[in-house]
Amino acid sequence: MEALQKGGLNDLVIKLATVNGTGSASANSLLMRAIFRMGIPVMGRNYFPSNIQGLPTWFEIRVNHQGHLARSGRVDLMVAMNAETYRQDLAELSPGGTLLYDSTWPRGTSLVRDDVEILGVPLAQMCNDAFTGVRPRILMKNIAYVGVLAALLDIDMSVLRSLLEETFSNKPKLVDGNLQAIDLGFQYAAEHFACPLNIRLEKLDKNDQHILIDGNTAAALGCVYAGASFAAWYPITPSTSLMDGFRGFCEYFRKEPDSGKNRFCILQAEDELGAIGMTIGAGWSGARAFTATSGPGISLMSEFLGFAYFAEVPLVLFDVQRAGPSTGMPTRTQQSDLLSCAFASHGDTRHVLLFPSDPAECFSLAVKAFDLAERLQTPVIVMSDLEIGMNDWMCPKLEWEDSYRPDRGKVFDAEALEQTPEFLRYHDPDGDGICYRTYPGVHPNGAYFTRGSGHNEAARYTERSDDYQQCMDRLTRKFQTAATLVPEPVLIGTGQATTWGVISIGSCDGAVREAVELLSDKGLYVDYLRIRAFPFGERVQAFLDDHEHIFVVEQNRDAQLKSLLSLEMNVVKDDLVSILHYDGTPLDCPTVYTAIYDQVKKSAAA
Amino acid sequence: MTFIAKPKINYAGQVKNKLGLTVHDYEGTISTLCAGCGHDSISAALIQAIFELEIPPHKISKFSGIGCSSKTPAYFLSAAHGINTVHGRMPAVATGSNAVSKSLYCIGVSGDGDSLSIGLGQFAHALRRNLNMLYIIENNGVYGLTKGQFSASADIGSKAKKGETNEQQPIDPVKTALGLGGTFIARSFSGDKEQLVPLIKAGLNHDGFAMLDVLSPCVTFNDHEDSTKSYAHTRQNFHRAIRMDFIPPAAPISTDYGEGKTRTVELHDGSHVLLRKADQDYDPTDRSGAFTYVTEHQKRGEVVTGLLYINAERRDMHGIAGTIDEDLINLSFEDLCPGADALAELQNRFR
Repeated sequence: MEALQKGGLNDLVIKLATVNGTGSASANSLLMRAIFRMGIPVMGRNYFPSNIQGLPTWFEIRVNHQGHLARSGRVDLMVAMNAETYRQDLAELSPGGTLLYDSTWPRGTSLVRDDVEILGVPLAQMCNDAFTGVRPRILMKNIAYVGVLAALLDIDMSVLRSLLEETFSNKPKLVDGNLQAIDLGFQYAAEHFACPLNIRLEKLDKNDQHILIDGNTAAALGCVYAGASFAAWYPITPSTSLMDGFRGFCEYFRKEPDSGKNRFCILQAEDELGAIGMTIGAGWSGARAFTATSGPGISLMSEFLGFAYFAEVPLVLFDVQRAGPSTGMPTRTQQSDLLSCAFASHGDTRHVLLFPSDPAECFSLAVKAFDLAERLQTPVIVMSDLEIGMNDWMCPKLEWEDSYRPDRGKVFDAEALEQTPEFLRYHDPDGDGICYRTYPGVHPNGAYFTRGSGHNEAARYTERSDDYQQCMDRLTRKFQTAATLVPEPVLIGTGQATTWGVISIGSCDGAVREAVELLSDKGLYVDYLRIRAFPFGERVQAFLDDHEHIFVVEQNRDAQLKSLLSLEMNVVKDDLVSILHYDGTPLDCPTVYTAIYDQVKKSAAA
Repeated sequence: MTFIAKPKINYAGQVKNKLGLTVHDYEGTISTLCAGCGHDSISAALIQAIFELEIPPHKISKFSGIGCSSKTPAYFLSAAHGINTVHGRMPAVATGSNAVSKSLYCIGVSGDGDSLSIGLGQFAHALRRNLNMLYIIENNGVYGLTKGQFSASADIGSKAKKGETNEQQPIDPVKTALGLGGTFIARSFSGDKEQLVPLIKAGLNHDGFAMLDVLSPCVTFNDHEDSTKSYAHTRQNFHRAIRMDFIPPAAPISTDYGEGKTRTVELHDGSHVLLRKADQDYDPTDRSGAFTYVTEHQKRGEVVTGLLYINAERRDMHGIAGTIDEDLINLSFEDLCPGADALAELQNRFR
């Protein structure tokens, strides 16, 4: 793993250990955006507690000129601002790395390491001298370390200045204060240390066509562009910012010009049962409607998901996954809702799932989710996670085709209903399992009384075995149709003949792509298939058929993706080798690389 | 059990409303409830009221949860869309539907189990958000489909058919609604169609959550002696505190009922409810007074009926949410999607 073991020019990991509620998020964001503006690929990850103030929090920035932005498993520069976690932070620093700490207070004598460089800056002392008031002193201490890093890493000061001017365009005094704090840190470092360090930054031009955006914001924007007019939700980390984003964009884009009234309705429900019930009501009535939640919400929504499956009501549900089971770790990431979402609810039930791998795909798959939900008249669950949803990713600018028109699926309008005196809601004239639906209020001929109980083609209550089974078989047919409509997997082939393959989903992508590239450099060729939807479809089967040994990389303990593949596809279970990561942190490249490397080598030796 | 279509019988001289529809055009399939079930009388009252209001049947959406009561939307308005949801969760589905198609009249039918046990939370929150719907609780104090367990509205001392006596405090939907800020709170009796029909009309035209608790005896499991929800007990003890007439927009209001005993409240569509009070001191716009009145009569074993509280001023869910006047489902895609140029411009924020 030597390729990932050492930082260098435009290739480094900075980790900032702070206390939550002290304003460090602004300082960290400033730092990351400055690097982004310098044209160097960058991503920041926030490891935060489920808490308002006073607990440890970390921000990890990976900079990589090649664009590999998954966790590298390395820390080149640790900014240790939290005495409580100092010992842990020092231990985590990679050999040869640098630790920066606030030397206002003496460092414990036991906290030493010979193989790293330790730099002390009296940040609190400097800020106490320069600023007045408790709050400004705390906030400026964080901004001051950005100044130190600017000197150590060669960050362009003019970029920092313009970022601050943009951020505080209405409060010029704050620009001055922040610049003063940055200068304090910068000057101290320049005078006391050999600047810049070996790991440093140099301007590139790789980011002109990119943005920094988190997945929840991008998904919210996708909902706006898809034409969703209704959303209901119940607050839950890490999905809350998706609905905040949707509201913000709606307030911006969706005000009726003359009246100022809303061309949208967002309701905060009393719980997740209410949220999905409302979404079903709106979807049944003909609106594009969605809700967003996380694992515990999925559990609560399951009964209604079964209802929507059986009554065939379209809706979109975003599951921004977090570490389970139960309350689990609300602010840590995982992909552990795969099985519970695929089969949510009792009885023979199955749901269409989409797996975005980054915020750009949260945007595009959000739009796709509405098209699929209405085409298939069923819930579509977008399986995001905290890593994608709440971190700022560097993504290509989002694209939109103005020629796009929503696929509203099979709907009879008033004109069609005028010609249809005997409308049958659950009749399948086309043989694809999908029936025609009608919206309430359009035409008396379109009326039907739907239900979660057994129903015949006319939507009427039935306990007849043949009616019931016909309906269940048609739903199976519909799911088969779904497999032909969902987004195809992304294949990254090595271009070499190989019997080795790796399958993964969602936020594993960055780590897997990097690992596969590094393995390729070593002459170990592994084809990579990133699945983007469930049901899986023919191309997934073809990949399984084409490779003898397949690694399945996922972020849960129980190998849920592997289980789903074994259940649904024609594959020998033993041919699938799990690589599992489930400690709540985002997947890192070395975990994938090492597991594949060892297995392939072992196999070659045998 | 399966459904039985109701044959349409047409004969000369049938009364038609201004839409040219007869009362049969407002019917549903044949009820499969027990003969004599109070719920069927309520369905009949709904049919009568909506026929007389001359609402096109397909401009109504029907909602229900689970239970005997929740089957009934099949038994009225075949030409209206309906959705029989999951147990206790009908208010959420009605909320979402009304949010996007506000021009439709929204009728929810629930029961005491569906609204006061499993669905108490949803019932309370639909009330709080003042969802514009007529919400009928067909209240019989018992679980019918599972054969006779007490529901949360069973009175203390009421005996189940198998002999068990209820000792738990009942949840009274009227007092619950008063406490939760309900804006239209009424109680009636399935056997009192004269009272029920105008209440339904007023409830449908009230811009907000119209809660109508209808005592509706269960002939199979809760109509015996020692039941406080039987036909006999209800007939003996129900007390019309207020008679109510519904007066459509522009119709004349007659006031010859005697000084101090009548009061009119104007609804948003210009219709009126005319309240004729049995008790001169009763004020149906006084929330705490209504609570006390209902409670005092309960102590005497009396069930007070009528439109017990009304507030036509408070904004409904749409007023609070600030939505446009037209139905959200009628917005064009152009109105909803900001387009490529706006996206390009917006993304300057993300750099």
